[in-house]
Amino acid sequence: MSATVTAPAVGRSEAKIARRETLGRLVRSKTFLIGSGVVLWWVFWAIAGSRLTPYDPVAQNFASLQPPGSGHWFGTDQLGRDVLSRVLAGARDTLEVAPLATLIGIVGGTTLGLVMGFFPGLVDEVLGRMIDAFLALPLIVIAVTALAAVGHSKWTLIAVIGLVFTPIVGRTVRAAVLGERDLEYVQAARLRGERAPYVMFVEILPNVMGTIIVEATVRLGYAIFAVAGLTFLGFGVQPPSPDWSLQIADNYALLNARNYEWTVLFPGAAIASLVVAVNLIADGLQQVLDR
Amino acid sequence: MSAPALELAPKAEGAVPALELEDLDVVYTVRGRDRQVLRGVTLTVGRGEAYGLVGESGCGKSTAALAIVRYLPRNGRVRSGHIRIDGQDVLARSGGDLRTMRAEAVSMVYQNPGTALNPAIRIGKQVAEVFTVRGASRAEATERAFESLKLVQIADPSSVMHRYPHQLSGGMQQRVVIAMALAKDPALLILDEPTTGLDATVEAEVLDLVAGLQAQLHTSVLFISHNLGVIAKMCARVGVLYAGRLVEEGPVETVLRDPRHPYTVGLLRCIPRGGVRKDHGRLDTIAGFLPNLGEDLPGCVFAARCALAEDVCHTEEPPMHQVAGGHLSRCHFHERAQTLPREESADLELPRVDRGASPLLQFDELGKVFQQRGHSVHALTGVSAAVWPGETLGLVGESGSGKTTLARTLLGIIEPSEGKVSLAGQQLAERLSQRSTDEVRDLQIVFQNPDAALNRRHAVRRILRRTLYKLAGLGGAAADERMLRLMHSVRLAERYVSAKPSQLSGGLKQRLAIARAFAGDPKLVVCDEPTSALDVSVQAAILNLLVELQAERQVSYVFISHDLGVVRYVSDRIAVLYLGRLMELGPSEVVFDGPHHPYTEALLSAVPTIDGGGRERIKLEGDIPSAASPPSGCVFHTRCPRVLGAICEETEPPLVEVEPGHLMRCHIPLEELRRLQRAPTETVRA
Amino acid sequence: MYRFLLKRVGLALITLFLLSVIVFAAAQLLPGNLGRNILGPFASAHDVAVYNHEHGVDRPLVSQYWTWISHFVRGDLGESLEYNVTVGSLLGPALVNSLKLAALAFVLVVPISILGGVAAALRRGRFADRAITIVGLSLTSIPEFVTAIVMIVIFGIALQWLPVGATAPPGSNFLVQIKYLLLPSFALVAVLFGYIARITRAGVIEALDADYTRTAYLKGLGARRVIVKHVLRNALLPTIAVVATQTGYLIGGLLVIEKLFNYNGIGQRIYVAAQFKDFTLLESGVMIVGVVYLVATLVADILYSVLNPRIRVGGVE
Repeated sequence: MSATVTAPAVGRSEAKIARRETLGRLVRSKTFLIGSGVVLWWVFWAIAGSRLTPYDPVAQNFASLQPPGSGHWFGTDQLGRDVLSRVLAGARDTLEVAPLATLIGIVGGTTLGLVMGFFPGLVDEVLGRMIDAFLALPLIVIAVTALAAVGHSKWTLIAVIGLVFTPIVGRTVRAAVLGERDLEYVQAARLRGERAPYVMFVEILPNVMGTIIVEATVRLGYAIFAVAGLTFLGFGVQPPSPDWSLQIADNYALLNARNYEWTVLFPGAAIASLVVAVNLIADGLQQVLDR
Repeated sequence: MSAPALELAPKAEGAVPALELEDLDVVYTVRGRDRQVLRGVTLTVGRGEAYGLVGESGCGKSTAALAIVRYLPRNGRVRSGHIRIDGQDVLARSGGDLRTMRAEAVSMVYQNPGTALNPAIRIGKQVAEVFTVRGASRAEATERAFESLKLVQIADPSSVMHRYPHQLSGGMQQRVVIAMALAKDPALLILDEPTTGLDATVEAEVLDLVAGLQAQLHTSVLFISHNLGVIAKMCARVGVLYAGRLVEEGPVETVLRDPRHPYTVGLLRCIPRGGVRKDHGRLDTIAGFLPNLGEDLPGCVFAARCALAEDVCHTEEPPMHQVAGGHLSRCHFHERAQTLPREESADLELPRVDRGASPLLQFDELGKVFQQRGHSVHALTGVSAAVWPGETLGLVGESGSGKTTLARTLLGIIEPSEGKVSLAGQQLAERLSQRSTDEVRDLQIVFQNPDAALNRRHAVRRILRRTLYKLAGLGGAAADERMLRLMHSVRLAERYVSAKPSQLSGGLKQRLAIARAFAGDPKLVVCDEPTSALDVSVQAAILNLLVELQAERQVSYVFISHDLGVVRYVSDRIAVLYLGRLMELGPSEVVFDGPHHPYTEALLSAVPTIDGGGRERIKLEGDIPSAASPPSGCVFHTRCPRVLGAICEETEPPLVEVEPGHLMRCHIPLEELRRLQRAPTETVRA
Repeated sequence: MYRFLLKRVGLALITLFLLSVIVFAAAQLLPGNLGRNILGPFASAHDVAVYNHEHGVDRPLVSQYWTWISHFVRGDLGESLEYNVTVGSLLGPALVNSLKLAALAFVLVVPISILGGVAAALRRGRFADRAITIVGLSLTSIPEFVTAIVMIVIFGIALQWLPVGATAPPGSNFLVQIKYLLLPSFALVAVLFGYIARITRAGVIEALDADYTRTAYLKGLGARRVIVKHVLRNALLPTIAVVATQTGYLIGGLLVIEKLFNYNGIGQRIYVAAQFKDFTLLESGVMIVGVVYLVATLVADILYSVLNPRIRVGGVE
């Protein structure tokens, strides 16, 4: 029996060390930390909502269009509402809609991608053509058209965005699956008599998980982007929600008078901070998980 | 023309050596820590000399090449030492001086010629660049590029110059790269695994070309390879590199005949050579694992694995000792290096194969045609053979021979276009999904690349238990017990049970793959290049394992490999494939010693062996024809050096039993072949 | 190469066909019947039926589709339900406006992004690379109307360099029109820069790491020559594909920007049509956007195959 010398001791601990190493690298990534920090800040405010804001976000009691100053750090808007309170409370609706829509897109897209990647030939071709046709249109056009038809509510918004994301995620997952499908371990599984669902979900899926996680965070960023745009157009979240895009939509015409920037800049900054934060998290994850 | 190993060019008094490495230390910075990859390497390549640098993976040989041309990756640097090319200090140069040195004094040819050429630029322009960088005009450079291509024996240089790299075959691409390298008549030519990945016959062409050019131009060559056979053929002196240290150096025949370092001794014992077969006993192995790149090794770098090691070896680094003129060894005990005890006992009991019994596996007239971009590719045509219980059928052939297609057809991964396969008398369904669990369990495979063949997300336990469950119907405690026994039988230590494949070395991964194949106690295992991706010392252990398992369990193998020494060691019978057709089938000594098929003859002469000498190399013209349009008549007639004439062009010879147990597909009668192949300088050409 | 192109064009036509079916089917799925929607809840059932018959909505679906598509291909896009003029007369000028804005944004963003991507790749891992990547990433993620508003505040209000609206007074010359389009273009550049620069960067890095780059350096070529002649030729191919995919967004997807700047582009038309449920206008508008995208990607594919020798010339001879 050949002596086994100085081979590193491997066991359960080794797997744990590997996981801890991944987490460690994540924590050391500045982009990941900053992104997570900002997102957690907004999640806190989404949960706390109007209970902790200095003033009631929908109360119209104050003098309208006051510039930022003491008492109203962010000023007041056209209807005399405190901008700071509205900005703090505005996270909730977006953070309700976007993650759910992303989840639908990921689950649907992963299944679609696995099926398309695993069954080449007619199924893949036909589905692929249909997806290409569908994705010839910009997301916002599809969403606006669909929402015009089915009406706007939070749930239709979630459904429509989730539905549009499904083929996009499907394409990415399909590409990852194609990369795995020709590797011999898949053939080895077939040589054990494994059936297709087992091979797809137990053999291949764990190997494309990294791609899916990164895609999920990127999609989340896009979801927030999409919700913001649609709300601005009036097809998304409805008033009197203190949603940021609604604030901008309400007040942007004022810019023509070359004044009153605070009514739109602060909510704008809030959107920017959230969406950039999510993308920073995605960037951090990609650097660590990329295999 | 096969060149003998080059003799040292007569050294003029005070002639400056082409390359001098002096106490070279190279480190890579990984995650903030410095890892030493080359330790105090000192070597000299004289004018017109060919020096071979040999070692396994992680020894640092490629790093040495990159350091010489100052192209280390961003995290690598030369920590100390000197590099001189043609007397000029390389490390002191930068900017324009460095470019001048690269343009004039040194050239490098490395593995994978396809990627070395820019896919978006025509060949002519790329070769001409070698001259324009030295100030030649466009017209002059084109002219000289033409000459360079002629120098490497490319038949139609102007048409090749017009093409893009992807339009050339692998061998042709490597010629172009060599042309670019030698066009500037450099003082030093570095070759880093230039023929790895090329077919045996193509490799032989390229090596002959390099040897010929080297003799013609008196270029000094640093030849880096893991293959001792190639080094023996091409080089006058050799240096053995282990863990970044030069452990032995000297004239090639001396080092190979009379090694004086335990590592060299062990390495030479691992390689199946001189026609040794499994009947003669186990291959020897080297204990332990190859050190990782840049690992910290106190004392002698080899001490941890050396059976001769004593206390002093672990504490004190040995200096280079002079064994004889020009032969050096870095070992405290170099005088008794060859007394290195065997790691593995040579004794091996192999049961005889009972040819009287009915065959285990039989395939008849297997054929497969693929549709590729509108062309019909004939991957297999009319291949028939049988495998008996407990025997190994070796499958030999170059690219396009169909050996991989044959393996996959047997397993049911690919459906044949014609023919059938039977196991233990029962015909097997064409498609894997239609076969019974028993049939699937009895016929398994070990793949070449263990990284791709094992699911990197599943732990060892999961892989084995699942296989046991599906193939042997075992679960729970019974499965655990069987799993441990399996791991024991492949020498995979129990503590790896929770590891994932990415945490295991190449050899361990392959053991796991073998364990998986044997989980259901198969009757036949197809081994598709199982050791080609492994280092030599690891390969020996895996081959031993396979042979032991065969002895214990009477399992049969269909063993595919391009390494003829390995195939000869492991196989009872050998089948030679060319362009999807079976050219020869017979007992391994008969096929190897002759008389044999002209293709087999050429193949054997093309492979460089450590023992060298013997065969006169038979040159095969041109490239392997495409399987989309196979030649008429005998498919080998376009390249056959013994072609008879019209008959070979018009009629495909049938596969005929020319002597008991020996089949051949050739028009030349056996006695004629026997006569011709005994006197190798005679050829028959009508 | 020609076989490849023929296949590509064929594929594009099929996709176009599928798109038209999807758009048509989607329009059919919209709830309610046409006559009822237009005439309102108080019209009599008889009037609604007459209206529906006049507009052919009670015929079988396939023949409705055929009528629609055959007219569309000939340029007859029907009549807008809201405005009672031909759809063509509404979408025509809108399309032209969208093309103008897209062209300006394109001309600005492509060179800047490629330069940014190449610069980041050449200084890989160093500060400049991280800076360009993070800035690009951040700008891309911010919704375009937010960026636009910031630009308006800075350039339009604070510095007063540029006009706040996007539509120049009628009859203005070329340069004045451009001046008005600059602000929205800047916003678009901000949105697209990160993505295109990232793809370019990845392409350049892959080419820099390739063996053929090593061969070039080891021939003694200088860095500038290696990068320009050897690296970029291979590195920029993915960028072409990516830029093409953005045209759909640039031409039809600017609903938000056009609303913000009150600019009469196709996006604006689609938006208004959706709001007022003007389905003929909506159908045709969406279809045009899809067609533009498919044409753009087809052009990109052709360009790619011309520039990539592996496709332009055959295989091993």
